[in-house]
Amino acid sequence: MGEIKEFKPEILKEIDRIIKQFPEGNQKSAILRVLHLAQNEFGNWLSADTMDYVARLLHLNPIEVYEVATFYSMYNVKAVGKVVIEVCRTGPCCLVGAENIIRHLENSLEIKPGQTTADGLFTLKTVECLGACGYGPMFQIGETYYENLTEEKVDGILNTFRTAQN
Amino acid sequence: MGQKLLLDTVHIENIQTYEGYAKQGGYQAIAKVLKSMSPEEVLEEVKKSGLRGRGGAGFPTGMKWSFIAKPEGVPRYLLCNADESEPGTFKDRYLMEKNPHLLIEGMIVSSFALGCHTSYIYIRGEFMWILHILEKAIAEAYAKGWLGKNIKGSGYDLDLYVSPGAGAYICGEETALIESLEGKRGNPRIKPPFPAIKGLWQSPTVVNNVETLASVVPIINRGGEEYAKIGIGRSTGTKLISACGNVNKPGVYEIELGISVEEFLYSDEYCGGIKGGKRLKACVPGGSSVPILPHYLVTKTAAGEQRLMSYESLSDGGFATGSMLGSGGFIVFDEDQCVVRNTWNFTRFYHHESCGQCSPCREGTGWMEKVLHRIENGHGHMHDLDLLWDVQRKIEGNTICPLGDAAAWPVAAALRHFREEFEWHIKEPIKCLKGNYGLVNEPALAV
Ligand SMILES: Cc1cc2nc3c(=O)[nH]c(=O)nc-3n(C[C@H](O)[C@H](O)[C@H](O)COP(=O)(O)O)c2cc1C
Ligand code: SF4
Ligand code: FES
Repeated sequence: MGEIKEFKPEILKEIDRIIKQFPEGNQKSAILRVLHLAQNEFGNWLSADTMDYVARLLHLNPIEVYEVATFYSMYNVKAVGKVVIEVCRTGPCCLVGAENIIRHLENSLEIKPGQTTADGLFTLKTVECLGACGYGPMFQIGETYYENLTEEKVDGILNTFRTAQN
Repeated sequence: MGQKLLLDTVHIENIQTYEGYAKQGGYQAIAKVLKSMSPEEVLEEVKKSGLRGRGGAGFPTGMKWSFIAKPEGVPRYLLCNADESEPGTFKDRYLMEKNPHLLIEGMIVSSFALGCHTSYIYIRGEFMWILHILEKAIAEAYAKGWLGKNIKGSGYDLDLYVSPGAGAYICGEETALIESLEGKRGNPRIKPPFPAIKGLWQSPTVVNNVETLASVVPIINRGGEEYAKIGIGRSTGTKLISACGNVNKPGVYEIELGISVEEFLYSDEYCGGIKGGKRLKACVPGGSSVPILPHYLVTKTAAGEQRLMSYESLSDGGFATGSMLGSGGFIVFDEDQCVVRNTWNFTRFYHHESCGQCSPCREGTGWMEKVLHRIENGHGHMHDLDLLWDVQRKIEGNTICPLGDAAAWPVAAALRHFREEFEWHIKEPIKCLKGNYGLVNEPALAV
């Protein structure tokens, strides 16, 4: 199944550093962080292959990795686009217009939350409070928070990613 | 201007770096501790300070520390709760981003007091960029000899690490946090045993909020008694409040506990009043889990006294007419907001975040979400209100962890204070889709 997955040497080194942060025999504690690295490296999502590879790296049973990957909302267990927009839909952001921003994203991208654009560039995901409530509406792309969003700002951000793609 | 103890230096340009922090008197608390204090003496200062947990529950920190078990030959752990996922709360993020060394110093002092030699900061996965800031600051602290073996020749060893979550509100609950740090799903544990006896890897563990641990630094620098002079009554010291919603100046503010809600909400030093000159409709003063207060109970209590920003005053009147200071997530609603819609939104949040272990929480939050959605969309019935009341009451107190209560309380409070707005949604199904109810009336006979 699929190509053989392998982290780059510098990431393997990083994983080694992470495992050493926990007492011997508790390498399982590294799993969340390693899954973040895996998701970044292997196409923004965790395929069964990727999870099996992580299980082998950490000397865990694959089920231990699946259990974790399916519990936490940051992990995508289905394929997603190159750019994943995680837009906050929780109360405080809605008080300052998050619902309009979500609608604007749906209209501009012509998709609903949970879907990916036909060109495979954007996935739209609604998420719960990201700890930016005073700076809403907001979304996160990768590690970056985009705050105090307006429709114009959103258009600008989408265009930047579209241009970078071409 | 109130005193600032945590954010007093955040505007200094290089405060994020070791040099910047040290220049402002950083690492003097831990220097003092290592030179002249025993762990018991540190604990004593924290007890004297009256510091209460800043994560939400307000439990006295010194007392919590004194519960930690000390079996021979078993390691103990201090975990910093940087999960910050309670809607309305974004203060810990600000503190860590602006002043990472303050948290690190607080953790070294606190670890020393507890006799821990390995400590972890558990940070929500979405804050990955802050994890990098913290790791950079930790590396500096190691390089300067404040972490590692035999710190500054004192014989005390400490390692400090940061570990991320991955998107799960429940991992802010301390036993779920421990499970998550062990690399598992974040299912809360049944207590007892409490973490102080069996926590991380079955060892004695203390979990404290970011702000709590950072506050230990000024407590040591000034002395517990001096710290306790700030604030009011049993609400000592300063508190970070994150203000959001319909205010002119949303943001993170450090207040002296005991200033009036009116000052916090309306003065230019803090929120600067309601945005657009609108009227205040309601306020959730301590994060989404605490009861909502209607406009007439925000700045004064039911007895007509001034309401203060303190643990006691915000909860004055109990759940009948009060709320809680909670995590300090101060959410403000103007007259154009819909309480039914917001209650539905919060309930959907709790349903989404329920870990699913207990049926009252898993099923009850789902029911409430559906019923509220129905009412909000003009399909409600009067008996839905009794149903909602019944479901929330059956969740409260019947679950493994407090997420159940956190989901029930906002619904109960909304029904208690905004019943006429709920009824209006049911009686005016068309109107409620087009507009909002406005302000509810103050009951004529306020007790
Ligand atoms: C569902 C739930 C979520 C919580 N989330 C957080 C959180 O994000 N941050 C936090 O510090 N405490 C949170 N708490 C409270 C913690 O369980 C714990 O009481 C706190 O970290 C103790 O620290 P303190 O005594 O310093 O406040 C949460 C509790 C529950 C029940
Ligand atoms: S109350 Fe809810 S979140 Fe807490 S353990 Fe039970 S099901 Fe899980
Ligand atoms: S509600 Fe959107 S970041 Fe908190």
